[in-house]
Amino acid sequence: MLGKKVKSRIYILVFSLISVAIIIFFALRSLEENVIYFFSPTEIYSKSDISFNKKIRLGGLVKKGSTSKSGTTINFIITDLKNEIIVSYNGLVPNLFSEGKGVIAEGKLKDKKYFVADKILAKHDENYMPSEISKSLDKSN
Amino acid sequence: MLKSFFPNRVLSLNNKIITGLIIAMVLTIFVGIVYALVLSPPDYIQGDSVRIMYVHVPSSFIAIGCFGFIGMASIFNLVFKVKFVSLMAKSTAPIGCIFTLVSIVTGSLWGKPTWGIWWAWDARLTSMVILFCFYVTYILTWKFIARFEKANKITSIIAILGLFNLPVIKYSVDWWSTLHQPSSITLTSAPTIHYTMLIPLIIMFLGMVIYSLIIFLMRYKTEIMKFKLDKKNITNK
Repeated sequence: MLGKKVKSRIYILVFSLISVAIIIFFALRSLEENVIYFFSPTEIYSKSDISFNKKIRLGGLVKKGSTSKSGTTINFIITDLKNEIIVSYNGLVPNLFSEGKGVIAEGKLKDKKYFVADKILAKHDENYMPSEISKSLDKSN
Repeated sequence: MLKSFFPNRVLSLNNKIITGLIIAMVLTIFVGIVYALVLSPPDYIQGDSVRIMYVHVPSSFIAIGCFGFIGMASIFNLVFKVKFVSLMAKSTAPIGCIFTLVSIVTGSLWGKPTWGIWWAWDARLTSMVILFCFYVTYILTWKFIARFEKANKITSIIAILGLFNLPVIKYSVDWWSTLHQPSSITLTSAPTIHYTMLIPLIIMFLGMVIYSLIIFLMRYKTEIMKFKLDKKNITNK
């Protein structure tokens, strides 16, 4: 049904598409360290070549009941529900920063349990709803 | 379906159709904006800044959809060499390009009040910038290469390469840890947006799709005329 020329073009195209896909796949695999935006506490614990002088980002949930303020400094715990790291930050946090919600801290590790942040970002999830609905959901829970 | 996009059909396209589409677009966007800005409730965490979503999400969808179309048309085009398909792809590019820009700008405006930052080089945002670069390269290649056959081939290759970026954009939030939240609307599960917010989002999306369709029809018609004129000039020489 298809002409010879068209057929050969299809073969060339399919072949090159597959090879490009494979190249991109391996390129992204090897670049994974650079593509990810933050590390979770578990990833930091399991990383052997962690550098304490380089700026990194640490992300997870703000542990419920862990925030404490003294002056302009705020201390809290970032958890990924397996491991946790204490974070200390001096400054204003974003409006959406709250306990039990996602957060990303940018700064330096002092040791594997303690992180000093110089920037805090709030991460929100994919749920959108009016506040009445959220309240009634909380009640039913 | 495809037949209605044949050059002669489009050339004889009645202006009444475009006027009708413009009226439909104005009405849809008007209803959408009133619903999105006044009637829909503020979000339980984000408050009123969630209203940026009603422009941001449809723009992103259209930006990605347009490139998907250009890429598919380019594959079809390289295999079967049908000229009007490449003209269709060419006329879609500026629409997608503008909506990519709208998506990036509104996303940035949304990032500041929610994340606390205008911009972050996370996987989703970066892949969206790459999409914008592909659009710009694609459009400029059409502009700067005068010979149709050559421009057609090179732009098709650019578009096909850019096609690989689309799944990266889509799944970036699932594959890697990103600042951007995962998708609220997926094919496999129910949307995680409450229906009082989902309805205006869909209306806005419809309005913006009609807008894109109008711009597409106008540009496509112009491209066909230009193509026919060029052909005439060559044969006259």
